[in-house]
Amino acid sequence: MEAGIVSYGAYVPRYRITPEEIGRVWGTDGEGMGQGLNVHRKSVPAPDEDTITISTEALRTALVRGAIDPQQIGALYVGSESHPYAVKPTATVVAQAVGATPNLTAADFEFACKAGTAAIQTCLGLVGAGMIRYGVAIGTDTSQGAPGDALEYSASAGGAAFVVGRERVICRVLRTLSYTTDTPDFWRREGQKYPSHGGRFTGEPAYFRHVSECARRTMEAAGTSPKDYRHVVFHQPNGKFPQRVGKQLGFSDEQMRYGLVTPYIGNTYSGAALIGLANVLDHAGPGERILVVGYGSGAGSDAFDLETTDELGRFDGSYGRPVQEYLDQGVEISYAVYAKFRGKIHMGEA
Amino acid sequence: MSVARFWRETPRRYNLGGSKCTTCGTVYFPPRSVCPECTSHRQSIEKMVPFQLSGDGEVISYTIVHDAAEGFEMQVPYVVALVQTVEGPILTGQVVNVEPDGVRIGLKVRATFRKLREEGKAGVIHYGYKFAPAEESGGRRPAGRTGTVPATEAPARDRAPA
Repeated sequence: MEAGIVSYGAYVPRYRITPEEIGRVWGTDGEGMGQGLNVHRKSVPAPDEDTITISTEALRTALVRGAIDPQQIGALYVGSESHPYAVKPTATVVAQAVGATPNLTAADFEFACKAGTAAIQTCLGLVGAGMIRYGVAIGTDTSQGAPGDALEYSASAGGAAFVVGRERVICRVLRTLSYTTDTPDFWRREGQKYPSHGGRFTGEPAYFRHVSECARRTMEAAGTSPKDYRHVVFHQPNGKFPQRVGKQLGFSDEQMRYGLVTPYIGNTYSGAALIGLANVLDHAGPGERILVVGYGSGAGSDAFDLETTDELGRFDGSYGRPVQEYLDQGVEISYAVYAKFRGKIHMGEA
Repeated sequence: MSVARFWRETPRRYNLGGSKCTTCGTVYFPPRSVCPECTSHRQSIEKMVPFQLSGDGEVISYTIVHDAAEGFEMQVPYVVALVQTVEGPILTGQVVNVEPDGVRIGLKVRATFRKLREEGKAGVIHYGYKFAPAEESGGRRPAGRTGTVPATEAPARDRAPA
């Protein structure tokens, strides 16, 4: 049997901050900024949360839901641009924390916001080739924008873990296709705390070109059109870009309904499209077709043509929190507390 | 704490790895190599097996810390509780994802994975268990599934005490 998704879990930290609150501090129209970006709140990690802890929480949920023996995991990859260490893999800590060590291969992936989808593709290859029984792909970030920068209104924290296998597949992967070019729309140099970006250049030649080309080529290869999909999930650096690219491609708001999570939790970077997919799977029934198109700056897109199976109806997703709760709930904090949590206050030499 | 010392403790801190006496069924955390419950301690020699706690339990006492330990300054005020685990051992741990006035004796909690402390800006980062309200963690745990344990070791409450 071919490789597909056998379980999944998502995790979003508890705290939230609004664009109005950020704008209040910097003397800008935060409310207008939030409306322009279609971001109402963004998640903020607690001081003791990072990409490793978020990835672990998401994966533990996935393993319990799928009743998967961690010792059967043959590969574990964590895609992120906010790995806590520059040198020392996130994936090793996560693998140890779920009891998957030592008989597995593990590595960290980096490709801006699409490292998680790249990890899924790698797992599909390994599982499909019969080299491993289960592969784990995680996309997580605790991203930061420079104080006062436009990015600060959206950069948030969260992640999702997907287990790829051949048995009890809840979502088949009919096809995956990528579109990659050298496009310098967003970057962070070694040693820099905050990323830089090309402003408006991040739009047309970067996000829109890659996402729409990748989606078109996937549908062309599959012989499908937007009406064949019940759900569509795009990478979502804000709430506006995915809506616009969806409309350009011919998708309706209804098709984007569950896959669009950024307006409520902000841009979780490597987690964004994957949390959107987790929310779709939370709401989907068997036999529903899903198109997922991730995007990572630099730049590239990975598309997945998916279809849920009858096994999804038997899947016990009751453990852990459904994505909807993360979208609806959360504790709002002030900019001062946010600055403290995110290490933006200079505390002097320790 | 030295890197090596913390590393030796990762099975406990990451996965709540304890031990269980196969003679009388008592569970220990941190793990013991001899069971003090057995009338003759010798009965338990070589009969202690690794045992993973599920992480589920309830608060039996707690305190609110205002004067932070080193490395916890950003989290003041925070809660440290004694947690009675469903398997038996009582653990001490921080309770997160809750305001201090939301903690009470009897609160159901579940272990969560968090950063414990950092050895400065350039040093190693220590991770391990803390607790969070079970309702904040969502859903009931299906019997025997912890999300961390090899099935061969999973155990637990399903096994009849010897």
